[in-house]
Amino acid sequence: MSAGVLTSTGVVAAGRARRTRRWRLIVTILAIAVVVAFCLSLMVGRTFYGPDEVLRVIAGQKVPGASFTVGVLRLPRAVLAALAGFAFGLAGVTFQTMLRNALAAPDIIGISSGASAGAVFAILVLKVSSAATVSVLAIVTALATAGLIYLLAYKDGVLGTRLILIGIGIGAILKSLVSYLIVRAAAWDLQVAMRWLTGSLNGAAWSRVLPLAVAVAVFVPLLLGQARNLDLLRLGDDAAAALGVRVERTRLVAILGAVALTAFATAATGPIAFVAFLAGPIAARIVGPSGSLMIPAALVGALLVLVSDLIGQFAFDTRYPVGVITGAVGALYLVFLLVRTNRSGGSL
Amino acid sequence: MTDTHVLRVEGVTLAYGERTVVESLDLLVPPGQITAIIGANACGKSTLLRAMSRLLAPRHGRVVLDGKDLHRLPTREVARTLGLLPQSPIAPEGITVSDLVARGRHPYRRLLARWTAEDDAAVARALELTGTVDLADRPVEELSGGQRQRVWIAMALAQQTDILLLDEPTTFLDLNHQVEVLDLLTDLNRERGTTIVMVLHDLNLAARYADHLVAVKAGQVYAAGAPEAVLDATLVREVFSMDSQVVPDPVTGRPLVLPISRHHCSVDRREPVTLGV
Repeated sequence: MSAGVLTSTGVVAAGRARRTRRWRLIVTILAIAVVVAFCLSLMVGRTFYGPDEVLRVIAGQKVPGASFTVGVLRLPRAVLAALAGFAFGLAGVTFQTMLRNALAAPDIIGISSGASAGAVFAILVLKVSSAATVSVLAIVTALATAGLIYLLAYKDGVLGTRLILIGIGIGAILKSLVSYLIVRAAAWDLQVAMRWLTGSLNGAAWSRVLPLAVAVAVFVPLLLGQARNLDLLRLGDDAAAALGVRVERTRLVAILGAVALTAFATAATGPIAFVAFLAGPIAARIVGPSGSLMIPAALVGALLVLVSDLIGQFAFDTRYPVGVITGAVGALYLVFLLVRTNRSGGSL
Repeated sequence: MTDTHVLRVEGVTLAYGERTVVESLDLLVPPGQITAIIGANACGKSTLLRAMSRLLAPRHGRVVLDGKDLHRLPTREVARTLGLLPQSPIAPEGITVSDLVARGRHPYRRLLARWTAEDDAAVARALELTGTVDLADRPVEELSGGQRQRVWIAMALAQQTDILLLDEPTTFLDLNHQVEVLDLLTDLNRERGTTIVMVLHDLNLAARYADHLVAVKAGQVYAAGAPEAVLDATLVREVFSMDSQVVPDPVTGRPLVLPISRHHCSVDRREPVTLGV
């Protein structure tokens, strides 16, 4: 770009640099928002603790009152919220990108319900108490659900609308199974039951955080490694293959990673309604058409869960589980999307 | 650009499930030339193109690129030699022209590697060749059909392959845009020696632009050669089940197919009609 003469290479390079800067700025702002929401959920509660007290608790110092409230109650809850939101957001945008449809999120096509049903079955019928074992059973049933949906939808290898409709059907069946198991187990209180129906962070403890943290550490890099290939799948399978993407392999890794994240997050918090479904489209609205949506959607997911939990706990007279809040927001968006999809194609 | 890459189809049988579409078909793509594949609907011509771009694995036989089985070569290596523009690629919502064209650089990028000045230059060159530099920052969905097709071709060009396969690149375009796209492909072939293989619906455009014409009938090559040598009324009747008169095109001298339909034909040999206007 010397002497102010714009060659076409200069035009291309300048446009790309501008879009990259914009993407980085947005991701930075989103990350800051997540950190702020995270800190707020440590400070706000029945008793307010200032940043200095919170920091001292995190640093491991003994602070009367705060050590218990922040260290034992609020910290695991906030970490669980951030991790689950991150996992749901990334899993959702992965499915939506891969199937080129905003309705293809794992919580819409029944995969969250599969994980939920597996976890409830493990706890109520098999009497499993370890969080890790519950997670493993949740992932097994979630994978089985994904496999079943894929098999039922398979016809000359065509994916898409058919898969989504079958997924919605399977999801409905599994949701009713969860309801049935919960109704049968009369010993359960409403709070615990709500966790498996719409998702809740109540009773968050480190034992529930740990399996999810491990899953995030393993599967997030796996999925981010596929970001470029997934982005190319948006051009259509043939165009992606022509550009050197191994389509089936990419799809397999993406499904595996996204299902695993959904299952581990669901085992820890229940199927927090619509987070996976909402994160991608919200991220797309914020980021615009340039640049990968995967990291922004994961951050939006974390932000959604953290903020919704704050609202659910403190905005009303009654404390609502986080899934009730995300569910209310998500349902409105679902209606909007269905109306819009009827008019256009409904891609992400 | 060189024309040393040789793409050859050897006794290939192609099938979707139980349905065999192409049976033991042989074809040599002449390097450095424009090849047009023609044939009636569902004759297997698009399927053949899919196999030639390794999107479809043959049941029997093989597609050979420079003496090696295409399906055994690393996908990225193939993507640097052989580009494909599918029939209906999808532009992600809101994507800008230069971002779309930049997708063509994928075969050259390593995981986590940064975007290079060389990549920028390749994208710019592709935009220049297709006359789309001025559109670089516009969203693809705002463009006209002809512009959009030029942008997709630019994406394939950014891939810098010596062989370019196109599946009906002129479908859904107005006649002037059809000619514009085919002229652009001819420029690429003449100036850079790019080997071009395209499936075309329009016989007359195929005859005008192709150096080498391949007529496919029921999954077999019915005839292949220079348009002047192979395109005649017999071929049209056999391949398209249609009577026609083939005359020299007054513009180019290439064969021009004039269909003989049931109506408005004063030359129909079976049922002469003279309109008394």
